[in-house]
Amino acid sequence: MQNDTILTMRGIDKQFPGTRALSKVDFTLRKGEIHALMGENGAGKSTLIKVLTGVYEKDGGSIWLEGVEGEAHIHSPQDAQKLGIATVYQEITLCPNLTVAENMYIGRTEGQIVPWKEYEKKATALLNNLGIPARAKQELNHCSLAVQQMVAIARAVDMNCKVLILDEPTSSLDDKEVEMLFSLMRDLKSRGVGIIFVTHFLEQVYEVSDRITVLRNGELVGEYAIEDLPQVELVAKMMGKDLHDLSDLEQIGSKHKAEDEIIYEAQKISSSESKPFDFSIHKGEVNGFTGLLGSGRSESVRAIFGADRVTGGKVKMKGKEVKISKPHDAMKAGIGYLPEDRKKDGIIADLSVRENIILALQVMRGFFRPMSKAQMEAFADEYIKALNIKTASQDTLVGSLSGGNQQKVILARWLLTHPDYLILDEPTRGIDVGTKLEIQKLVLKLAAEENMSITFISSEIEEMLRTCSRLIVMRDRNIVGELTGDQLTQAQVMKTIAGGGQ
Amino acid sequence: MKRREPLTNTQLLMTIAIGIFIGMYALAMAFLGGGFLKAQQFFDILNDNSFLILLGCALTIVMIGGGINISVGGVVGLTVMACALYLNGTNIENSTLSISVTLLLALGIGLAFGIGQGFLISYMEIQPFIVTLAGMFLARGLTTMLSIYPVKVTHEGFKELVKQKLQIPFLGYIAKNGNLIPAKLEIGAIVALVMLILTWYLLKHVKLGRDIYALGGNQQSALMLGINVKRSRFLSYVISGFLSGLAGFVYLLHMPAGKADTANASEMDAIAASIIGGTLLTGGVGNVFGTFFGVLILATIKKIIVLSPLNDSWWQDMASGAMLGFFILLQSIVLSTREKRKIKAADKAALQKG
Ligand SMILES: Nc1ncnc2c1ncn2[C@@H]1O[C@H](COP(=O)(O)OP(=O)(O)OP(=O)(O)O)[C@@H](O)[C@H]1O
Ligand SMILES: [Mg+2]
Repeated sequence: MQNDTILTMRGIDKQFPGTRALSKVDFTLRKGEIHALMGENGAGKSTLIKVLTGVYEKDGGSIWLEGVEGEAHIHSPQDAQKLGIATVYQEITLCPNLTVAENMYIGRTEGQIVPWKEYEKKATALLNNLGIPARAKQELNHCSLAVQQMVAIARAVDMNCKVLILDEPTSSLDDKEVEMLFSLMRDLKSRGVGIIFVTHFLEQVYEVSDRITVLRNGELVGEYAIEDLPQVELVAKMMGKDLHDLSDLEQIGSKHKAEDEIIYEAQKISSSESKPFDFSIHKGEVNGFTGLLGSGRSESVRAIFGADRVTGGKVKMKGKEVKISKPHDAMKAGIGYLPEDRKKDGIIADLSVRENIILALQVMRGFFRPMSKAQMEAFADEYIKALNIKTASQDTLVGSLSGGNQQKVILARWLLTHPDYLILDEPTRGIDVGTKLEIQKLVLKLAAEENMSITFISSEIEEMLRTCSRLIVMRDRNIVGELTGDQLTQAQVMKTIAGGGQ
Repeated sequence: MKRREPLTNTQLLMTIAIGIFIGMYALAMAFLGGGFLKAQQFFDILNDNSFLILLGCALTIVMIGGGINISVGGVVGLTVMACALYLNGTNIENSTLSISVTLLLALGIGLAFGIGQGFLISYMEIQPFIVTLAGMFLARGLTTMLSIYPVKVTHEGFKELVKQKLQIPFLGYIAKNGNLIPAKLEIGAIVALVMLILTWYLLKHVKLGRDIYALGGNQQSALMLGINVKRSRFLSYVISGFLSGLAGFVYLLHMPAGKADTANASEMDAIAASIIGGTLLTGGVGNVFGTFFGVLILATIKKIIVLSPLNDSWWQDMASGAMLGFFILLQSIVLSTREKRKIKAADKAALQKG
């Protein structure tokens, strides 16, 4: 063992009912290193982190920390914090009813009396320093998801820790915020902090990391220096097989023709959150809305689905005028919608995987026409396979699935309804590369083979370029351009977003 | 840049309760006149309900932590009975000493219930409703075991203490015969007000209090933020028990007799007062000052009904029930419109940033 090692985990085992989440996993973290922990959804990354921070008790193995005699015994997040381990968990773990400042300092300050003034001063300084658009005395539930994520990061970064753990910290951040986080990470690194970084964005891994540890199915695949592991190999190591189907994707392609029937058509549709806009989509077409975070791309599709209060506009479905003022109307008209904020509008943690998958279909059929058990099982099985959902069984509670697998369950819910028109807002966020491709393929297949019309939104432009045959570009809540054919290049999209013309 | 933060949910709900209380009281003064024009009317409300203020604090604490405690009324009943029997049976000559022992007995009973229930709820992870329901039955059972007959306190020293009142001349009134009758506040009411302030301080400024808010806000998050969730929850029940024991002693000071059904259903009044004052059953939101006004609102309604032609106990109950329903409705409307505005505001912030 080198003497610049600050954390050593050896032979870590963790068993959940029905799942072996970790078996004999080793992990080593050195001073001043950014160490990416990689693996598919459900590989055991978050579990390894939670074992380290005392959220879960390990079933076997040992942990050593620099500065601690003998094995480190960590039985609660409190212990971990005291030993200098700061963590940003995958799911945001702050208290919505407390202020921003209190969320930054609660649970880690000495003394029995709360130093409110000091909290406020220090928090304000920290917020300004990091450019987080929030006020110290603001209640956390008044903050957007991205801001909450940043507050969690600020709390961890401020902890003067030896080990900093970031479990998918970038999933709801935009490019600028990610850049800021990276410069923060580099700064901490130069001060000798060891950082564990989990993400599904491969470019981000190569941008900041020094070393990569790969897990697969709860087992250690290996530890590599970043320069020894090119991206293609990393993916192969994560999936256990090579990824070479980008070409397949092109073959499927989008086959719709301009003279195909128009499925959905809206004139001057507007909602409480979006300005009036016109939009239509053909049968079998895959299109996308793009633009920066907050450009109104999500609000536009929410208006289509009636998720916000609709304030005006005419809507035609297959040429017939329909009135869509709430999600239920949209569903009856044949529109499906996977929302961006799945924590809020999606997952029901206390229901099983099967029930979660069946949910929307059941609503569409009406509760008085129940499906047979066998039918439900068949449907659930089909999508668990198609989306590679890692779950012990159909009856497992969704709450116990890994973050990415929960996302897949909700995606399955909407795919299963086979709507005429499906809207997917960030369907691949938090999902591993292999499955991301599977989802893109599935989207194209649904369009080509079942003539489904699909609107696809993603912050990753490459992903949209690969799937969409038409891109609608938005800025400041206005549609500023529409790109098709040859115009569908990264450069052109960027230019349009930035305002460089059509 | 100095800017005022919007009211938190806690503050907003409490403000509503205070506003409604003031409005109600003003209307009573205008239309019913009589007693309501005297300061003593207000002090009587405090005197009669001092034990309920303490129980309100006891419930607000556990409710903020996301729990519930329905044993508090039973604990008051048991404490009152035990203390009355002790006072009548004691052979300690020194009356101050015997009264002190009585106070310790009351607090001891409350703490014992708090510790026992807190342990089962927090460390054995049994539903608080079930544990405290059992606690309530246990307390009522023990009370009848001690005596099925009412027990009047005969201890001279204690009876003397009961008569002690704080006289406030400048809030008094001139009686028909021209004498000044000062306003009177009982010891129990003073104790209740002091504890109210201490509880407020605990919840607002002491680490444990904040941990209880965090725990009620999101238990999983509280754990991950490094809060000792089990200990905080345990202590919230211990404090709740302590306050119930003290409430028993205060009850005895107001009405020096023990009965099997003393303070019957007062846990429900305490829960109602907390809710009216803005404590949410879902946890994480609440404030004891709100609860204080909740107690005042319930008590004032009862007073108003006593003075009105509808003087019947079922009218009182119906009015309390209607009040509670009204508040819950109001709260959910206020909070849901807030929720919508909040999301808009968050979006706007994101937009400005982008
Ligand atoms: N609390 C739990 N109860 C039961 N099973 C669990 C629990 N937490 C995780 N698991 C299981 O353990 C496995 C590993 O999950 P983990 O959350 O560590 O995955 P991950 O690598 O973080 O994936 P993702 O990229 O999706 O976040 C999964 O199969 C998951 O279903
Ligand atoms: Mg994870």
